Amino acid sequence: MTTTDTGSRTSGTMLDVRGLRKVYDGRGRRVEAIRDLTFTVGTGELVCIVGPSGAGKTTLLRCTAGLLNCTAGEVTLEGERVTGPPPGMAVVFQEYGRSLFPWMTVRQNVELPLKEKRIPRAKRRHLVEEALAAVGLAEVGDAHPWQLSGGMQQRVAIARAVAYEPHILLMDEPFAAVDAQTRADLEDLVRSLWKRLRVTVLFVTHDIDESVYLAQRVIVLSDSPTVVLEEVVIDLPDDRDQLTTRSLPRFAELRSHVYRLVQQAKAGREG
Amino acid sequence: MRPLALARRLVLLLALPAVLAGAWWAATEDSTDFFWPPLSDILGTFGETWFTGRFTADVLPSLARLLAGYLVALVLGVGLGVAIGSFRTLRGLVEPVMEFFRAIPPPVLVPILMLFAGIGNGMKVLVIVSGCLWPVLLNTVEGVRSVDEVLRDTARCYRLRPHARIIHLVLPGAGPRIFAGARQALSIGIILMVISEMFAASDGIGFTVIQFQRSFAIPQMWTGIIMLGLIGIVLSLAFHALEARVLSWYTGQRRAQREG
Repeated sequence: MTTTDTGSRTSGTMLDVRGLRKVYDGRGRRVEAIRDLTFTVGTGELVCIVGPSGAGKTTLLRCTAGLLNCTAGEVTLEGERVTGPPPGMAVVFQEYGRSLFPWMTVRQNVELPLKEKRIPRAKRRHLVEEALAAVGLAEVGDAHPWQLSGGMQQRVAIARAVAYEPHILLMDEPFAAVDAQTRADLEDLVRSLWKRLRVTVLFVTHDIDESVYLAQRVIVLSDSPTVVLEEVVIDLPDDRDQLTTRSLPRFAELRSHVYRLVQQAKAGREG
Repeated sequence: MRPLALARRLVLLLALPAVLAGAWWAATEDSTDFFWPPLSDILGTFGETWFTGRFTADVLPSLARLLAGYLVALVLGVGLGVAIGSFRTLRGLVEPVMEFFRAIPPPVLVPILMLFAGIGNGMKVLVIVSGCLWPVLLNTVEGVRSVDEVLRDTARCYRLRPHARIIHLVLPGAGPRIFAGARQALSIGIILMVISEMFAASDGIGFTVIQFQRSFAIPQMWTGIIMLGLIGIVLSLAFHALEARVLSWYTGQRRAQREG
């Protein structure tokens, strides 16, 4: 496949996961978390990975992020094989309370990765303020993360990821620990940032509704040992809205389809 | 803080010391016991004993040695602790040895260190280092190991370079434990400061107290004890002020978690 980034959507392959397998070797106990996963994410795409809990979603994300070595197969990001956390990638973790540096202010948290990228001070300032404004937190730059609510903390983590100007943004069940209203707001935030910044997003979730609402394509995983059950193209209109999109007949169809797949995956475990 | 609250805190703070001092005063008021002089005599001789030359001749040298030994122990303890805490193999290698050295009561090293380091300032500083090092070192190792996994992953994802990782992740993350170790080390340091001066010295607070005792200057000897207590309080207050500043994020975070 030729990769020509013209800035248009899905013009090439951003992420290529091929034959990924992960076996945890414990003391006399081998756990095959992931059996065989193959999928690609195109440049500028927003893809959700959904699967029953215990389907190795987090393992997959950690392998993709270069935080974990896979047992077999390979992960390629922008044509380069991933052996450690690659540049051009940002990760938003589920545990917002533990992924922000509590000894730093919100602004310092967002700025630190930029310092490591050796971005000049003036540009750094600009990126930080812009990112905080984009997530609606322009006013709290001097607060510490623990002074904010859970949803606001996750916004800070998103701002930090956005300011880093990644080519791909990995999100590991980022909204699993926030309340429903906040969650809806954050979903819309992800959609709008994705559209504005043209960043590729790989979003892992166990929430079927969330995956259908957010994604252009949903990759449904089986139960552990994990394989890809199906890739579902989400042909919903591009302008999504919590009320209208979720009440579309097509939304219900897609949702039921993915739901049935996940239920099958669970039944496979029990059977 | 409102004036009333401040006054309340001051009263709480000073109530017990005042009662104890009052009891001491009352119990020794008519004392004729040579070794147990009235508190009024002790306080009467305090200023003359310490502030007519001894402060610069004895107190300051003691404090200088304490400070030198304490700072060396802090730098060594935190430095080695970060290294040991970061590398599992290194930890497995040195942990049994650390436990052995930690178990040795530092005062027992004084005669041994005298053989190697003489009886000068070097020996006394070395004694203080040898005692203060262990709480700092062991707490730093534990602190480094307890740095949050998600935070480590975050630092890796954003490709923090090793020195940035130490400055922005490891040291602050281990900070609360490092301070706990440093607090223990401070009280050990004061004890060793005095003990090292009691063996072989020509100045210092420990030396002076022993001199007073041997020359039967009993009220003066008591003033030495009070002096040591006051130094302890001042150092502890300074330590708390520094800790409150550096670890304000930690106390704030814990309060936020409690209030949920």
